[in-house]
Amino acid sequence: MSDFISNIGKYLPLFFTAFTVTISLALISLVLATVVGILVGLINTTKSKNIFMKLLRGLANIYIEIIRGTPMLVQILFFCFGVPAALRPITGFTWASVGGMFTAGIVVLTLNAGAYMAEIVRAGIESVDSGQVEAARSLGLPYGKTMTKVILPQAIRTMLPSIINQFIITIKDTSLLSAVGVAELTNNAKTISSMWSSQTLLLYAFTGLFYFVICFTLSRVARLLEKRMSYGR
Amino acid sequence: MADKVIVKDLRKSFGENEVLKSISTTVKEGEVLCIIGPSGSGKSTFLRCLNRLEEISGGQVIVDGYDITDPKVDINKVRENIGMVFQHFNLFPHKTVKQNITLAPVELKKMTKEEADVLAMQLLERVGLADKADAYPSQLSGGQKQRVAIARSLAMKPNIMLFDEPTSALDPEMVGEVLNVMKELAKDGMTMVVVTHEMGFAREVSDRVIFMDGGYIVEEGNPQELINHPKEKRTIDFLNQVL
Repeated sequence: MSDFISNIGKYLPLFFTAFTVTISLALISLVLATVVGILVGLINTTKSKNIFMKLLRGLANIYIEIIRGTPMLVQILFFCFGVPAALRPITGFTWASVGGMFTAGIVVLTLNAGAYMAEIVRAGIESVDSGQVEAARSLGLPYGKTMTKVILPQAIRTMLPSIINQFIITIKDTSLLSAVGVAELTNNAKTISSMWSSQTLLLYAFTGLFYFVICFTLSRVARLLEKRMSYGR
Repeated sequence: MADKVIVKDLRKSFGENEVLKSISTTVKEGEVLCIIGPSGSGKSTFLRCLNRLEEISGGQVIVDGYDITDPKVDINKVRENIGMVFQHFNLFPHKTVKQNITLAPVELKKMTKEEADVLAMQLLERVGLADKADAYPSQLSGGQKQRVAIARSLAMKPNIMLFDEPTSALDPEMVGEVLNVMKELAKDGMTMVVVTHEMGFAREVSDRVIFMDGGYIVEEGNPQELINHPKEKRTIDFLNQVL
């Protein structure tokens, strides 16, 4: 323990660099996943009989089921290694040409979290009484305004705990990107422990602490937000 | 008086189930039309076809000169002029009473926020709820909610109002306050179509009553005639049950 405490200092810069990579991965992909989730979730709640919308709903469902039905690690390997292996002979595409495995990681995290977010958004919208849509539409509000002014503000209340839960899952899932060499926290811990193997236990505990602090803070913030948003109930 | 609503051979099916089988009628400007009938007779569905909350399966519905069965018609524009009041109020729970009223007129750029606020207070005054402007719907009684819902519809300055069993979800002692607001509206010359079980209101306020059963208009006429001296057997049976 004392050896760990007196020597961890020289590794701290490495930890903080890796920490910023983890945070950037999580932040960028969660913002993108929220957008994907809202779009796909909205598509899935429309009841339009229009052929184009039906096709879109079909595609949205296939996307969600594939993501839900396969392991994250397989998805990572598929996109990081599989996709360029197939595309390179034809188009010359490599991840290195678009920002490396960091970019690939964001794509996978976004697609993965986006699918779960879509289900959260769909469930949230469906939890709002259908009379709310009818009241808004009968006043002359078009679909878009009905969603943004009436339905989503109510749906967000039921969605919030699940959304925060998904944020927490995705933040932790960034660690799986260590498998393809993204220099994030977990990868960093592996590298350091290979140089300092006598402290492997404490190194991984210390690494875990970074994730814990973010996730714990987030779930506390969620509690606060839930309280703040309970007006009118 | 001009024709406000013209319904010709209106049909509506839910899958195999045909709930409206050729309905034709006309509502004149300033007329108060009550629709009565047993549950499942199609009266609510009929009302919901008048602002196309239900997709219309066949026939023609012309409201305010707009053929709303025409897919090219801007249904949102037509709906701005048709107020609707629901059995379960459907107030927006995340908005205050005043915000419920001002949301649509402001979002649809009918008036500025300030104008809408002034109008909201006038309307709340009119339904006797000015002191509840900043309350949330969850803090109101059923009768108060329904009066706010009426005020919300009126904020769009509609020239037709549809009421879908507006007092059916209310405790008996609150029915009167809502009916009074509706009577005032009728007196002011609003064109109203009211689906109701309140025979007293139908008899006293309406200009015409339609009795529906099984997706058809079975009988229609002036309220005294129809409610006191119905001719059709089905109407007689129904009125014996409810009166």
